[in-house]
Amino acid sequence: MIHVESLHKRFGKNEVLAGLELNIDQGGIFAILGPNGSGKTTLIKTLLGMVIPNKGTIAVMDSPVRNKWKYRQDINYLPQIANFPGNLKVKELIAMIKDIRQKPSNEQKLIGLFGLEPFLDKKLSNLSGGTKQKVNIVLTFMFDSPLIILDEPTNGLDPLSLIHLKELIFEEKAKGKTFLITSHIMQFVEEVSDEIVYLLEGKIYFKGSIAELKTKTGQSNFEHAIAAISTHHNHD
Amino acid sequence: MPLRQYQPTTIMIKILKYSFYDLMRSRWSYVYFLFYLLLGFVLLFLNNELSKAVITLMNVIIVLVPLIGTIFGVMYYYNSKEFTELLLAQPIKRSSIFLGQYFGVAGSLTMSLVLGLGIPFTLYGLFQSNAIWDFSLLLITGAFLTLIFTAIAFNIALANENKIKGFGYAVLAWLFLAVIYDGLFLMTLIVFEEYPLDNLSLMATMSNPIDLSRTLILLKLDISALLGYTGAIFKQFFGTNLGLVMSIFMLFLWTIIPVWRLGYVAKRKDF
Repeated sequence: MIHVESLHKRFGKNEVLAGLELNIDQGGIFAILGPNGSGKTTLIKTLLGMVIPNKGTIAVMDSPVRNKWKYRQDINYLPQIANFPGNLKVKELIAMIKDIRQKPSNEQKLIGLFGLEPFLDKKLSNLSGGTKQKVNIVLTFMFDSPLIILDEPTNGLDPLSLIHLKELIFEEKAKGKTFLITSHIMQFVEEVSDEIVYLLEGKIYFKGSIAELKTKTGQSNFEHAIAAISTHHNHD
Repeated sequence: MPLRQYQPTTIMIKILKYSFYDLMRSRWSYVYFLFYLLLGFVLLFLNNELSKAVITLMNVIIVLVPLIGTIFGVMYYYNSKEFTELLLAQPIKRSSIFLGQYFGVAGSLTMSLVLGLGIPFTLYGLFQSNAIWDFSLLLITGAFLTLIFTAIAFNIALANENKIKGFGYAVLAWLFLAVIYDGLFLMTLIVFEEYPLDNLSLMATMSNPIDLSRTLILLKLDISALLGYTGAIFKQFFGTNLGLVMSIFMLFLWTIIPVWRLGYVAKRKDF
């Protein structure tokens, strides 16, 4: 599904990705974790072609992504901060994205699921953070694509919406889709993910299941295991 | 899924359409349109003659159109940052996003200019008058200046993450081409007055879109006699068909280079 080879990216003097190698097979939910500034968002953005790497190659669905754009047909992306053009109405934004993607979509079901009907005629600048995030989720899940990338999907969601989001993720996973998720909420990660990809200083420091992580760190609690993995590194 | 729906040009036109409608909805487009409408009516009322109104109009357009293009270009770029980021994650070619937005802005500004001035002049009987060619030339150069300065503004905004800096540089670029350039040009002429400066003057005029537009219109209006010897030389060059073609070519060049650079830089930038 995704093959990343010796990926390097620096912003000025700051080396964010330092020879990162990553292979992700099709199907399943992969949580990308790591301390702040470890390169999670940069990694995702290089996969999407928003950030252009200095060195290395990336292939998504077996095709190299450099200077390409058509492969994004197969990716649904939920950005971290739901910033939308403020003077558009919710339904106009949805219509616009549909018009651009030209793919079959099931937004009606999602709008119902997240109770967005009363907001369809409201401008995006007048929505609360949580409601914007729901719109963001609708835009991400309304198309049928094999790869779904979620950057902090739980941001600002109320408990009910969070439950709906998890159901949605499992539903799509059952169809054989691949997820890349970043989150700071360890409980959420533990519930949904099949595999952990732990980034440290621009490299993959650990990749494996939660059980493997627990054995490796000798911790029985997932949150402590994640905490241990970074301190573990510091003692090396 | 038919592949042709993903053609870059089709998507560029869609983005152009969204940017255009977005601007058409904003208050500022109306202010800009009403300003020209009012200016047209007032000038015609005061001058009572089409050809004289065209001259006054030229003086306003030559300075104001570039300024508005610069300011709108920079403002639109920074204000649509979220829109841009949303589009970048979609299956769209980068150049389609930026060129679509650019042509949306430049197109809506040009439309405000052409309609705002066209309506009063048409009502005044432009089509029955000899001034129609001068007026058309005025609108054509106005459209070029909009395209050129919006493109320069987009280039500057793209290179500066910081809004204040971007805005400052863009206004400086306008100030340089609209005012400072002429000052330097004049100083050069005074310092080197003992040398033959005909070709230098021609070159200097050709390489600034504002000066070029001004000269082009002035000479078409046939008031070069007022400019003395230099006027005669300029008339010899710009007054001919070759001069006109060369000038239009230069304006094209001034448009194409920044627009090309916009696509080039956008392709390599990190977002």
